[in-house]
Amino acid sequence: MSDQQKPAAPPDAPSGAGGLRAWLESETPRSAFQARCVQMWLSWLKFSANPLALTGLLIIIALVLMAVFAPLLVTHDPLAQDLAGRLLPPGAKGHWLGTDGLGRDIYSRIVAGARITLYIVALVTITAPLFGLLVGTLAGYFGGWTDVVLMRVTDIFLAFPKLILALAFVAALGPGIGNAILAIAITSWPPYARIARAETLTIRKSDFIFASRLQGASPARIVAAHVMPLCISSVIVRVTLDMAGIILTAAGLGFLGLGAQPPMPEWGAMISEGRKFLLNQWWVATMPGLAIFTVSLGFNLLGDGLRDALDPRSGQS
Amino acid sequence: MLKQIFYGAASLAALIAAGATGSAAQAGTPADTLVIADKIDDLITLDPAQSFEFSGAEYNLNVYDKLLAFDPKNLGPLVPGLAASWSLADDGVTYTFKMRKGIRFHSGNPVTAKDAAFSLRRAIKLKKTPSFILTQFGFTPENVDKMIRATDDETLVMVTDRPYAPSFVYNCLTATIGSIVDSKLVMEHEKDGDLGNLWLKTHDAGTGAYKLRIWKPNELYALDAAGDYFRGKVAMKHVFVRHIDESSSQRLLLEKGDVDIARKLTPDDIAAIASNKDLKVENDLKGRIMYFSLNQKNKILANPKVRLAMKYLVDYEGMTKSFLRGQYVVHQAFEPLTYLGELKDNPYHLDVAKAKSLLKEAGYPDGFSVKIHVRNAQDRLEIAQSLQNTFGQAGIKAELVVGTGKQTLTVYRARKHDIYMGAWGPDYPDPNTNADTFASNPDNRDEAKLTGKLAWRNAWDIPELTKQTKAAVIERDTAKRAQMYVDIQRKVQKDGPFAIMFQKIIQSAMRKNVNGFVTGGAISNAHYWTVTK
Amino acid sequence: MNAHATKQGGGGAGLLSLLARIRPALNFITALAVTFLGLLAITFFIGRVIPIDPVISVVGERAPREVYEAARKAMGLDKPLIEQFLIYLWQVLHGDLGYSLLTSHPVLEDIKRVVPATFELATVATILGVLTGVPAGVIAAVKAGRWPDHIIRVLGLIGYSVPVFWLGLMGLLLFYGKLGWVSGPGRLDIFYDGVVPQVTGMILIDSLLAGDWGIFKNAVSHIILPAAMLGYYSLAYISRMTRSFMIEQLGQEYITTARVKGMSERRVIWKHALGNVMVPLITVIALSYAALLEGSVLTETVFAWPGLGFYITTALMSADMSAVLGGTIVVGMVFVGLNLFSDFLYRFFDPRAKL
Repeated sequence: MSDQQKPAAPPDAPSGAGGLRAWLESETPRSAFQARCVQMWLSWLKFSANPLALTGLLIIIALVLMAVFAPLLVTHDPLAQDLAGRLLPPGAKGHWLGTDGLGRDIYSRIVAGARITLYIVALVTITAPLFGLLVGTLAGYFGGWTDVVLMRVTDIFLAFPKLILALAFVAALGPGIGNAILAIAITSWPPYARIARAETLTIRKSDFIFASRLQGASPARIVAAHVMPLCISSVIVRVTLDMAGIILTAAGLGFLGLGAQPPMPEWGAMISEGRKFLLNQWWVATMPGLAIFTVSLGFNLLGDGLRDALDPRSGQS
Repeated sequence: MLKQIFYGAASLAALIAAGATGSAAQAGTPADTLVIADKIDDLITLDPAQSFEFSGAEYNLNVYDKLLAFDPKNLGPLVPGLAASWSLADDGVTYTFKMRKGIRFHSGNPVTAKDAAFSLRRAIKLKKTPSFILTQFGFTPENVDKMIRATDDETLVMVTDRPYAPSFVYNCLTATIGSIVDSKLVMEHEKDGDLGNLWLKTHDAGTGAYKLRIWKPNELYALDAAGDYFRGKVAMKHVFVRHIDESSSQRLLLEKGDVDIARKLTPDDIAAIASNKDLKVENDLKGRIMYFSLNQKNKILANPKVRLAMKYLVDYEGMTKSFLRGQYVVHQAFEPLTYLGELKDNPYHLDVAKAKSLLKEAGYPDGFSVKIHVRNAQDRLEIAQSLQNTFGQAGIKAELVVGTGKQTLTVYRARKHDIYMGAWGPDYPDPNTNADTFASNPDNRDEAKLTGKLAWRNAWDIPELTKQTKAAVIERDTAKRAQMYVDIQRKVQKDGPFAIMFQKIIQSAMRKNVNGFVTGGAISNAHYWTVTK
Repeated sequence: MNAHATKQGGGGAGLLSLLARIRPALNFITALAVTFLGLLAITFFIGRVIPIDPVISVVGERAPREVYEAARKAMGLDKPLIEQFLIYLWQVLHGDLGYSLLTSHPVLEDIKRVVPATFELATVATILGVLTGVPAGVIAAVKAGRWPDHIIRVLGLIGYSVPVFWLGLMGLLLFYGKLGWVSGPGRLDIFYDGVVPQVTGMILIDSLLAGDWGIFKNAVSHIILPAAMLGYYSLAYISRMTRSFMIEQLGQEYITTARVKGMSERRVIWKHALGNVMVPLITVIALSYAALLEGSVLTETVFAWPGLGFYITTALMSADMSAVLGGTIVVGMVFVGLNLFSDFLYRFFDPRAKL
């Protein structure tokens, strides 16, 4: 992930340093490092020319800022209850987005919940795809029995009802947002393994892998240094597209009482708490719903943009 | 082939579209049919000797009869059920029941005293969970054939091991486990000596106003009127009880007239339909108590001052006026209101200052940290969050541990909680049911595993109270007996590890044209045969 | 793996070639057996790992100690773990799925009741999803980067990111509560329940078999809303995948050639390009269908739909592992079956895969 955001760092480079720009746009890179930078720069150019993708990026940046500055942005204590002032509509008595069933300020809870959302996103990103990537590349690169065994395990996990697996893990590990995320990660790695394996199969026979094998590179090194980086872009794209689903699965676990523990202002839990007011006090569930929608939109747009920018196959026409 | 699939799908879609046009939903339910929206996912068995859940009690009340019954129109005094009359001999242990004549089971078999004896013996021999309701009178699988006998087709004689308060014995016979089953039919389906349990779990062998047509777990059960009923005229020929999990869905169905009665609406949904002229809401006080308890294995919570302080850290009024509005009433003693020996005093209210000073005296001026175990039901979660909030005001940092019902119970029964927040409903309509669990703990050791008793679960060692509770059971003077329960309750209220908060009110929302739906108060359940439309 | 095996069977004697020919089948059967054994083992150990006591599900929370111990023994939970697993395996291999603790019915009977409900809902939902999702995807691809593309994408995204209970309740409120266009929660108006004889368990089909148009219509009016909700979710996925497949196809040379040849744009897009993406598309559809067949607890809860998702979930929450296993086997079978189906499609329709 961080790799991909690096290009976002020097947006002022073009105006500031012509030398850097020339270096980045060089058609004859002099080092592998420069070659990679050039490629990233080109991807960034493509990415930044896409207004939708930029919008997505902005939404995500806004989410990060909201999470970082949450204590400054809230208007109320997100946990403070006021039973006399419950279910107030948006705008009433200084509650911008109204209050929930226990009289807590919905706006402040959404802002505070941004941290939890980011936490979910971060945890899932560093678990499921990495594990899937590892399994997939190993299976694809080594083939034979390794492949058979790993793919069989992948299939078993794929064939298992997802929610059941997640529920079982949560039940075993105990409820709580961290365990819920882990459970989601455990259920969602197989598709990444599949993707990574497919990708690896196409790369395995390519010349440069062959070349580095001749140079005496160990299989572990080849997988880690050459195969994985090439698979990573398609995995990243898939992750950003799945992110909405992940946030929602966390919400689904919350619906069953196994996600975030109250009174934590996790968005999914807020929606499921608010669902019983849906017919009369629509805002209680809808406001956090809009928040999830916006963030999902952000990740989706970002994912689409990344795919267009990173995937050499699409958009060449 | 792909084309075929596509065309197949398209034509199915067309068919569905054809079906969808003009499928105007018909208004209302038929005049002789009662449709109830409820939550019945706790219904796991239909066998009255085994059934121990809320839904099971209601189902059994309508499909079976007991020897004694409650009059749904005048709850309180016992009225004849399948027994026309009953008496207690002067020895204080020999009960004689004269059976009503001319009653038949749904199968057509006549009801005799032999069926009654069989049913009670069966319940004891099967040794299922509710069997303790009968075994507390000294019956065992070995002696029951001798202690409960049919001397002829009309006479049932039951001998207890020692004299008990007669009201206690009679009350227990009105519990679900006292249902009389068709001995011939049940034994026809016996398998591996199970006394027909496997078969009766999903079938009906009763005399009640209704017979079972079908039970689809987690979906519905459907009952049909069984014909002439000895207790009165049965107006509704068909009754459907549907499992609808969401309050909102129940409410929409009721508003549209697709169900006649919605049983599980949230206070907010009840409030929202108040202005609807086609609907009405009836309130009925039930026996269920909402409480939290403090595990006495926890050193801090075992401190009497801390116990007392916690009782002042509950916003009783705030909750019953907001999210519990209309569905719970503040009640701080363990016997439900309307029970013999009810105690109406509510000495506690939210008083943070007092609680703080108590905590200071106890040596915890800055509070402490605890976990509250609670199951993931909405009203309980809200109560728990409110507790967390008010505890916090006195410096007590409470963490909620939310789990499924079974998960939370597993912790509770293993005595591994700090604080458990939950509900308790009486097992049979007699004060001993709650006294025996809240105020009796004959053996506080872990190995004793008296998991059925709340006092044991919270490791509350109370030899004195245990004796008093035992004494109350055999007191034959009803007024004296009532006073004994009041005394026991006061002690528990003052010093016990239980903070009893609320008693449940059930709100049944129904169409205006539904009359006579009685939910049975704290001692009984909903009768369907009294309903007219 | 399978393609590899086929290659070996090129020449040789009759027996060898026969062996080679059935080898993919053998491979498949082994894979199937391993998958199911894995499912069984995982389900079993989940049941033993979760801190939910199945005995409590049977005897209730107030059971005295003797009752509890007796039930525990009757359930075989006092035996060593590995022995329990072997007994369990033995019974399952004999087709005995046991009794559900929660419904008191044989698991097989429960499965026969809940699976058709889920199957019916998932099928109608998938049909709706495909009939809208594929054209939407094609249009989005043709108009890539322009407003129809953006609209379709945002509509799809809403499908991705709105919780199903929100959409479901809002849908009920609007189409059932306010407009009265559809019927409410449940599979049928209640007094129709049990009127048509159960053949497949799918009311839409059973009512047609019985020739009862009234019940068919009623069933349609009940299924249409939950199916549309679920269909919306598969629409989101299907249209997105269609779009990306189509964009790739439309960039191919043969499309340009066809256009140059003067073939009508409609024919180029809907016949040639779409025809070529059919195989991967069907795989995508099969996957989203499989996901729906797992049953969705949330949709089933809101619409009081007595399906597989609710069944497995409540069973798991009470550690009713016989029931969980029954459900898991069904879901596993669906997955394996659909995998096989899409393999088959690849092999017979995709010229590249044949080589």
